Amino acid sequence: MSLALTDTQTAVKTGKPNYARNYWAFVVPAGLVVAAVILLPWVFTLVMSVYEWKVGSDPAFVAAANYQRLFTDERFGWAVLRTLYFTAAAVFFPMVLGVAAAVTFQKNFRFRGLARTIFILPMMATPVAVGLVWTMMFHPQLGVLNYLLTSVGLPPSAWSYDAVSVIPTLVLVETWQWTPLVMLIVLGGLASLPQDPYEAAKLDGASNWQMFRHISLPLVWPHIVVALVIRTIDALKAFDTIFVISNGGPGTASETLNIFLYQTAFAYYDMGYASAVTVVFFVLILLVSLVLFSVRQRTSYQ
Amino acid sequence: MKALGKIGFALSVFALISPAILFFLWTLSLALKNEVDNMAFPPVFIPNPPTLANFAQVLEKNNFLQYAWNSVIVSFSATGLALLLGVPAGFGIAKSKASRAAALIMIARVTPGLSYLIPLFLIFQWLGLTGTLAPLVITHLVITVPIVVWVMIGFFEGLPAELEEAALVDGATIWQAFRHVALPLARPGITVATILAFIFSWNNFIFGVVLAGRETRTLPVAVYNVLTFEQVSWGPLAAAALMVTAPVLILTLIAQKEIVTGLTAGGVKGG
Repeated sequence: MSLALTDTQTAVKTGKPNYARNYWAFVVPAGLVVAAVILLPWVFTLVMSVYEWKVGSDPAFVAAANYQRLFTDERFGWAVLRTLYFTAAAVFFPMVLGVAAAVTFQKNFRFRGLARTIFILPMMATPVAVGLVWTMMFHPQLGVLNYLLTSVGLPPSAWSYDAVSVIPTLVLVETWQWTPLVMLIVLGGLASLPQDPYEAAKLDGASNWQMFRHISLPLVWPHIVVALVIRTIDALKAFDTIFVISNGGPGTASETLNIFLYQTAFAYYDMGYASAVTVVFFVLILLVSLVLFSVRQRTSYQ
Repeated sequence: MKALGKIGFALSVFALISPAILFFLWTLSLALKNEVDNMAFPPVFIPNPPTLANFAQVLEKNNFLQYAWNSVIVSFSATGLALLLGVPAGFGIAKSKASRAAALIMIARVTPGLSYLIPLFLIFQWLGLTGTLAPLVITHLVITVPIVVWVMIGFFEGLPAELEEAALVDGATIWQAFRHVALPLARPGITVATILAFIFSWNNFIFGVVLAGRETRTLPVAVYNVLTFEQVSWGPLAAAALMVTAPVLILTLIAQKEIVTGLTAGGVKGG
């Protein structure tokens, strides 16, 4: 009753009914589910991160001990460094290739729809299935990739079976898989651009590169930054293909934070410590996203 | 000169799509060859003669159909529930311009899937739900609800407000305006949301690998667990990989327009 009354009052004031406040009921069911499966686990994790708890024993309050342990845990430190190394490469290559692909798919050509569909198949395919097939292709003796390398006169690689080459190999798979998403986001930006500047530039005799560099790039820059943020977050939390292809190995050579977290929680069942890792991991992701978003706010492309 | 440019352009398109084509062709080749040819070096590229024995072996030897059924139940339930919850929520958020609620949804996009799993794993154990499909359906909501809400916010914001306002002026309740005016108009959006939610739920691995028991594995988990641990040879492994991902690939080919629309708008992805 009182809500209806307020509406009438607003209606009198603005001449137009204000229904905004009545829409909350639509959000409540989803809100409850989000609270139960997303927020509740977060609270639980925060609480558990100050307890020492291995599954099967009673939790014991240890204050900040789990967080202190992170600073002295070399395995965690290496996992952070590896994650940053992997992320830098797994952002750089898909970004460069994705922008190039978007510029290509911006043009109208026969079979464009089909070519674009084929191009996005890697990101839609089930990552586990994809990872298994890559593993077979990486096999040092019987894999098709080493056959292709040696048949053009290049030395064979140990791919994911060697500590040095494993991360570049995983970056290769990640690039294959996620370049399409960068392409789609940037293509969405390119599609919304006005055509007049291009026509004017063409009349002035501008080359394709000049048009890309001085028209497309500045106008589509906000979309590129969105793609950059999304790609960075996804690369930081990459799991499926790493887990399937190398499972953090050989040794711990490709153990990123997410794999380390999995091992701590579900191989050692060290839930308190794993919760602390989760909190730090989330803060890292949040920080990186915030930095990238503030870059977006401050630098519009010159 | 112009012809040369055209050839160059065709080559660059070919260079862009060939990694995808070669990968899936090689998967198909592995799946259709017998074991001798799969272990041959130099590799045999064209199966001669092609054999379906690998597919038959996967279907016979493992509870593949059971796992496929699990996957179907989990993905359909998680997508259906997400539509029931997420479509009205997207409407409410779009109409009340609640950008904070939208930001909250984005947190789900940013958080690594593993971080939900520690508490949820313990809660499900405590509730005695492990060994049923319920934990999987519930955790898959973490993926599907944000996708549906996110896509629907975009669609409802794009709808002209006049029609609904006309209905409200004529004395319809907000629920009636939603049900009979906004909802029919948003059907294309619902299609996009359904397809994306289904695909990312079907593909999900991380929740199943932690929460699924022997009988409740979804296909991605089953392919990883059962086949790799039994040291199955390459042919059946490739055949199984192909069968797991085939529904998604076919759906992508059929609904590529909707998928492109949805992904371009929000860059949604689960897990």
